[in-house]
Amino acid sequence: MGEEDYYLELCERPVQFEKANPVNCVFFDEANKQVFAVRSGGATGVVVKGPDDRNPISFRMDDKGEVKCIKFSLENKILAVQRTSKTVDFCNFIPDNSQLEYTQECKTKNANILGFCWTSSTEIVFITDQGIEFYQVLPEKRSLKLLKSHNLNVNWYMYCPESAVILLSTTVLENVLQPFHFRFPPKQAGTMSKLPKFEIELPAAPKSTKPSLSERDIAMATIYGQLYVLFLRHHSRTSNSTGAEVVLYHLPREGACKKMHILKLNRTGKFALNVVDNLVVVHHQDTETSVIFDIKLRGEFDGSVTFHHPVLPARSIQPYQIPITGPAAVTSQSPVPCKLYSSSWIVFQPDIIISASQGYLWNLQVKLEPIVNLLPDKGRLMDFLLQRKECKMVILSVCSQMLSESDRASLPVIATVFDKLNHEYKKYLDAEQSYAMAVEAGQSRSSPLLKRPVRTQAVLDQSDVYTHVLSAFVEKKEMPHKFVIAVLMEYIRSLNQFQIAVQHYLHELVIKTLVQHNLFYMLHQFLQYHVLSDSKPLACLLLSLESFYPPAHQLSLDMLKRLSTANDEIVEVLLSKHQVLAALRFIRGIGGHDNISARKFLDAAKQTEDNMLFYTIFRFFEQRNQRLRGSPNFTPGEHCEEHVAFFKQIFGDQALMRPTTF
Amino acid sequence: MAAAAAGAGSGPWAAQEKQFPPALLSFFIYNPRFGPREGQEENKILFYHPNEVEKNEKIRNVGLCEAIVQFTRTFSPSKPAKSLHTQKNRQFFNEPEENFWMVMVVRNPIIEKQSKDGKPVIEYQEEELLDKVYSSVLRQCYSMYKLFNGTFLKAMEDGGVKLLKERLEKFFHRYLQTLHLQSCDLLDIFGGISFFPLDKMTYLKIQSFINRMEESLNIVKYTAFLYNDQLIWSGLEQDDMRILYKYLTTSLFPRHIEPELAGRDSPIRAEMPGNLQHYGRFLTGPLNLNDPDAKCRFPKIFVNTDDTYEELHLIVYKAMSAAVCFMIDGGPVKFSFEYCCSASHSKMNLTGIFCHDLPASVHPTLDFCRRLDSIVGPQLTVLASDICEQFNINKRMSGSEKEPQFKFIYFNHMNLAEKSTVHMRKTPSVSLTSVHPDLMKILGDINSDFTRVDEDEEIIVKAMSDYWVVGKKSDRRELYVILNQKNANLIEVNEEVKKLCATQFNNIFFLD
Repeated sequence: MGEEDYYLELCERPVQFEKANPVNCVFFDEANKQVFAVRSGGATGVVVKGPDDRNPISFRMDDKGEVKCIKFSLENKILAVQRTSKTVDFCNFIPDNSQLEYTQECKTKNANILGFCWTSSTEIVFITDQGIEFYQVLPEKRSLKLLKSHNLNVNWYMYCPESAVILLSTTVLENVLQPFHFRFPPKQAGTMSKLPKFEIELPAAPKSTKPSLSERDIAMATIYGQLYVLFLRHHSRTSNSTGAEVVLYHLPREGACKKMHILKLNRTGKFALNVVDNLVVVHHQDTETSVIFDIKLRGEFDGSVTFHHPVLPARSIQPYQIPITGPAAVTSQSPVPCKLYSSSWIVFQPDIIISASQGYLWNLQVKLEPIVNLLPDKGRLMDFLLQRKECKMVILSVCSQMLSESDRASLPVIATVFDKLNHEYKKYLDAEQSYAMAVEAGQSRSSPLLKRPVRTQAVLDQSDVYTHVLSAFVEKKEMPHKFVIAVLMEYIRSLNQFQIAVQHYLHELVIKTLVQHNLFYMLHQFLQYHVLSDSKPLACLLLSLESFYPPAHQLSLDMLKRLSTANDEIVEVLLSKHQVLAALRFIRGIGGHDNISARKFLDAAKQTEDNMLFYTIFRFFEQRNQRLRGSPNFTPGEHCEEHVAFFKQIFGDQALMRPTTF
Repeated sequence: MAAAAAGAGSGPWAAQEKQFPPALLSFFIYNPRFGPREGQEENKILFYHPNEVEKNEKIRNVGLCEAIVQFTRTFSPSKPAKSLHTQKNRQFFNEPEENFWMVMVVRNPIIEKQSKDGKPVIEYQEEELLDKVYSSVLRQCYSMYKLFNGTFLKAMEDGGVKLLKERLEKFFHRYLQTLHLQSCDLLDIFGGISFFPLDKMTYLKIQSFINRMEESLNIVKYTAFLYNDQLIWSGLEQDDMRILYKYLTTSLFPRHIEPELAGRDSPIRAEMPGNLQHYGRFLTGPLNLNDPDAKCRFPKIFVNTDDTYEELHLIVYKAMSAAVCFMIDGGPVKFSFEYCCSASHSKMNLTGIFCHDLPASVHPTLDFCRRLDSIVGPQLTVLASDICEQFNINKRMSGSEKEPQFKFIYFNHMNLAEKSTVHMRKTPSVSLTSVHPDLMKILGDINSDFTRVDEDEEIIVKAMSDYWVVGKKSDRRELYVILNQKNANLIEVNEEVKKLCATQFNNIFFLD
């Protein structure tokens, strides 16, 4: 297995903390993603490290007993510590507020606090075995105010900070889940709303064992913007399923929870789940490998649930060397390989892996480059890549690769890839357009419906494809020109199919390639069917081709005519061809003959050395002068003295038009 | 005006008049170098029609032509005589290859009148035939020969005079019967190509189809695509396409119309496993793919004869109104780089480069034909119905199909695009026109006038019988309009033509 094969890796810079040991307790807060190392109950120090803040927070607190749970409120404003099953202690970390601890006891009689979650910088939820209590902390008063509470029997709970949903396990089988959602209207006290409860179907189990839903088998994560409850359903010997599966329950903001997806693991044993870049990653400890699932990829739909198989073959996370830091390491030996899939690993959502015994917190990451070679189906590969955050360069490299000589894909495959790219591109363009229209229509910018569309990396526009793929591709001498042209046409076809206006540099690329291979007749046909859209640059390019291919002149003039904004250019072209009369007739035809420069036309007529033509043109302007100014004479500003002299020289003074006098 | 004299009379004698159209008197090909000495004159003659003519007369006629050409050369060394007018006939000369002369003798049209004493009087109409029309017909004869046989010189190289004579005899014996000199007109001068009007998207789909087919049938060198006998795409160069188009539309397609109308070619080969139902069939090559003894012989054509001189097999395959011509290398295999690369897979590429022991010429086998049928058939069927649908949409959008007050012929020398509302559908025998021959003759006359000058010009003619004929020439484009407006004056006619240009030709640069 080459190194390029691993598609999962641990982040390069883990959060490092003091290993857990009898005097050092380690806690992890999912909301702030902070690790707390509490030495001797805090008496010899608490060190808090988050993934973003490289400066750890250190403080001391009195050892008032064993710490069960410790968390900062959002923005590290207030520290909450649970030391007993009835109370939680608070300590302000706000400047100018008293740092004296204050305590809150749970309201419900005889209840035991299972834990607590901060839902904002000053709001906290206590979860007890008899329900939940929602408090507002008033740090300046060093007291708490109960906002709301709800009674029910709770076995265990789970909190998803991203969506602010708490899930409570109730009933004997523990499999009825009650979600609560917390909202924070700005500058008001938060609200707590109860969502419809739902039941997780437990697999049939032998009668001797009591089935129950374990907290370990449930996870909550946001996938493609939607909240899902992930249930790891273990293989049961009684059913004929081929292995464990992950069942995804969609938990909408409104409405009931619905079973949507089933991820088939096809293996049994111990699993752990992560969600990275909207992919569900399932780690398997027995084989020390992981698989990934993408619920947006096409699966088998049975009418209510979609079944998915791993996108890629199972692979281990890329082997990881423990970085050696600190003075002790300077002299020591080479980096130590880290034991992956260790039983001391603890996994948190969405992408966190903690090794408490080693003192590391990693973010799990997906590497896209190796996947390119693991997914032979280019269409599926594109579907997969287009959903990933950092996909742009990988997709461009896939495009380049499929056009390379050694890995050349067939035209239908190339067409599929282009269509998928342009589908994404078109979606973005449409969103941009409707946004622009809404803004124009005067909708207020603050309207929640009016959001400027976000351009993700999956939006690959024409200039991306041109710059990174096509311009290099057409330069490849070894490529048969037929293939080059076919690819360019396929891309243009795809753009047209999605009604995306094709940029002229793509057309220029086609023309360049055709001209290089002397395929002028092909070019002519493309232009005849307007495959290469009209534009001034294109018309000029065609003009420059006239010496190689005479019909290019006609094509260019036609194009200028259709543009209808290029009348000056048409006149210039005709004059340069000494078609003075044609130029004059054209400009008269469009009613522009009162504004043209007489000198320009007389110059061109003189150059033809055709005296009769010169006479005609001269007479035309004399008549114009007469009509516009009542006199056939040219004004000094027209700078036609030279031509008047020339006219007199050839035809004599008497040939000049006489002013009409009454 | 010449046309006035020919105007169909309606006098009392009209019924007794008999008209005889122009007819082919003789057609011969000779090379003066082949019998330069006295007594060897017969050797000069490579082909002579009618063959029954006595030998000495053949020699005399050839000698006369030779003399005329030589004589006129003294006056115009670079442009010797093209035609000779006599009372009874006209002779047309063409030297398509150095020292190879083709001569066509056409009898002038005849009117047989009853004189007052009841005796028939024959009147030759010396001024009726247009030189340009028949010179073009003669040139076309050569082009058609060359398309299917290659150049005269090539035949000489391959097998000397004997082979050349055989080829000429074999080709012209049949071809001359299809000439139909009485219905030749302006369109023969143009030798144009009618293009099928199509929207960009459908056109791109066709492009995509052609590219994919060329990729999967990797021996295809060129492709041409037609719909409704009109061209949409040609991979061949313009001049080769021009003559191939002529062959397809006046010979091959018309021959296959009748079986189509009879419904004999309904969806076929449904019994073949794995084959989607489709309407594709071969117009050249095997008639029945299920017949294991089916002959896979395709006509050979010769293209780019001035340059690379390529010999190709012509496969014409049709589904509904869409016809696609695949031209595959038929000559001795030249290992050009391009040939190797036409393989779609890199593996094939390697065999192309390293495998030198290929047969001397690639022959399409029955297997190849079946593969072609299974790949092309279904896709072409879908494409054909797409085009048809798109065409109908466009037709509906362009509005009412009101019979216009005018008829026109348009031709662009640059892309050979031709459009005529004067001509009805071409048939193998005649090209039917919807206007009187006199008007067609006026069009021919205007065209001759245009040829004389290089500049853009416009000619308006008032014909007998209330017709106006307008010819316009602008930057290598020609437009001929026939208007039927009683009592219209020159200004009104000019306005009408302007209107026509604005509606029909608004997307090209066509000076008013």
